[in-house]
Amino acid sequence: MKGQRIGLCFAGIGLLVCAALVADNFADGVDVSTPSPSHLTPPPSAETIDKGRYLIQAGNCIACHTARGGAAMSGGRAIETPFGTVYSSNLTPDPATGIGLWNAQHFWRAMHHGRSRDGRLLAPAFPYNHTTLITRDDTDAMFAWLITQAAVAKAPPAHTLQWPVGTQAALAVWRSLYFKPGTYTPHAGRDAEWNRGAYLVQGLGHCAACHSPRNALGASGAVNDLSGGLMPVVNWTAPSLLDNAQTGLAETPLTDIQTLLQTGKSGHHHTSGPMGEVVQYSTQYLQPADLQAMAVYLKSQARLAQDKPGPTTPAASRRLLPDVPTRGADLYDKHCAECHGEQGLGVAGAYSALAGHRAVLQTDTTNLVQTVLYGGYPPATAGNPRPFGMPPYILTLDDKDIAAVLTHLRTQWGNSAPEVTPLEVNRIRASQGK
Amino acid sequence: MFSIVRCLTLGLQFLTLTALFFTANGHAKGFQDTMAERTRACTACHGDQGRAGPDGYYPRLAGKPAGYLYNQLKNFAQGRRHYGLMTRLVDPLSDAYLREIATYFSELKLPYPAATQSAKRMPPAVLQRGQQLALHGDATRRVPACTQCHGDRLTGLQPHVPGLLGLPLDYLNAQLGAWQTHQRQALAPDCMAHVVERLNTSDLIAVATWLSTQSLPQDTSPASSLPARAAMALPDCGSAPELKAVP
Repeated sequence: MKGQRIGLCFAGIGLLVCAALVADNFADGVDVSTPSPSHLTPPPSAETIDKGRYLIQAGNCIACHTARGGAAMSGGRAIETPFGTVYSSNLTPDPATGIGLWNAQHFWRAMHHGRSRDGRLLAPAFPYNHTTLITRDDTDAMFAWLITQAAVAKAPPAHTLQWPVGTQAALAVWRSLYFKPGTYTPHAGRDAEWNRGAYLVQGLGHCAACHSPRNALGASGAVNDLSGGLMPVVNWTAPSLLDNAQTGLAETPLTDIQTLLQTGKSGHHHTSGPMGEVVQYSTQYLQPADLQAMAVYLKSQARLAQDKPGPTTPAASRRLLPDVPTRGADLYDKHCAECHGEQGLGVAGAYSALAGHRAVLQTDTTNLVQTVLYGGYPPATAGNPRPFGMPPYILTLDDKDIAAVLTHLRTQWGNSAPEVTPLEVNRIRASQGK
Repeated sequence: MFSIVRCLTLGLQFLTLTALFFTANGHAKGFQDTMAERTRACTACHGDQGRAGPDGYYPRLAGKPAGYLYNQLKNFAQGRRHYGLMTRLVDPLSDAYLREIATYFSELKLPYPAATQSAKRMPPAVLQRGQQLALHGDATRRVPACTQCHGDRLTGLQPHVPGLLGLPLDYLNAQLGAWQTHQRQALAPDCMAHVVERLNTSDLIAVATWLSTQSLPQDTSPASSLPARAAMALPDCGSAPELKAVP
């Protein structure tokens, strides 16, 4: 009798939780019954369509929604997550496989509430915790551009997520924990430029999707959390934009921040890996005023953080194996000095100076190891159309060699950063090559 | 007053000398703003001036037709060829820059080494079969001769068809094998796939073996046009539209 009552009690609670989850996730009240097809009423002006194109670029939508060798925005790019692979959707106006049957309300609901045309909850690899901040005017312009492009009939493969991660029930729980639809409220104490920057960084730019730590359930930090994080699977670290030792934005002139976003290069600094892709497909195309607004906002956040006491950088450890210094120096002379110079001063405009370079001194050596293993070019942009590149060393240097040479350049020419271990190199080497 | 100025002048001289000292000792030596400098990431594996890597898997780039080299860079970028290190290198680069890189290597004129394999070490029957296929094709299976597209001298055709001589046997075998398993593709319609699918593995090995034993002719440059002659009808080539002009 008592057992039955407890059972009923649990069942009741369960039902209530379910009802709450359904209400939380599905009761957004967006009326999508406006007549499809897809077209906007009144038909969008050429200016609106062009504004939409620009906003789509600002959001770097193309990078995820285009597969290697596929038509732009036709989806199907595999996005690897710790929970399995998600395939981006086709955003061209094909009725069967794309968004040809969508209307502006559907698109708004997807961007603002993270639900598809049929009402399904979308996987949060689509960063709708950020896109929810985009204004209705802006999503309408984006939709106007998308829907006026050439249709490409191509269905993306089905996601291959571990059960139960991809189920609607799991998504409902996840969203109730980590997602809340929102709007960008301008900060009254700040000017229009700062607010424009904040809107772009937190919304379309979705910078925190990489530049904040992800938790065990794959949720990134708040939209304005720029404290940096390791990007799962691809194994690059998006540095903290607040920590002076990592990016130094608080002390970087605004024009340098703007130049880096516009050209992929500024002084001895350049973007590579996933940030190179962001510059290549998105920020190089943004208007100078928008880049400056983003720089103003980012710099202000770094300044705020600078005023708070942070963790101190650990001192260089002195537990080097006896042969590491000579081995590192020999390898540096043989493989690096020709470009980066015997004193690590590099060549202005071509090869980074390694003496005093922030990227060399990071406590987290992920990106350094990536750079030596795979080499690479910064993105070719209008401002840096013919970049200089670095060869990959994955086939010529083993883990001990790379650890030794990195330890060498972290401890020379006034540099003082902890040694790099072969294990750190192996972690990156072993995780790639899929 | 005078001494202050002198002091300042001396100070400035000292600073200049110090700067010069550090420039001479610290900066990279012999830097020149050239395409050779910009393509160090290529030549690290493909050899100085793109003369080919030492291990047989990094082919020569120097002197190959520019359109062919450009197509290969795009094939890596667009997933028709697969080699992770290449893909990561070309992904950030623009079409204009890839074309400039391709043109740069195509214009490097380097002498070719002798044939990579000695014919004496190869079974005569294999060489004979390879030669037959390379020079005459196989009409019963609608397989054109290599020379029909790659030129009488087998040094390629401007601007999109590569030469077939001076390449290591391992590389030739790997490429034909990759075509057979669809790991290597070209722009559609993929004429080379059309040829490879009509040949069996021993044919492919025979033709690769024969090619690797051939020395280069005096004139190693790619042909500018193919001689008009009665030949087998060719499949269309998405990667080399100039072949369409061949009767």
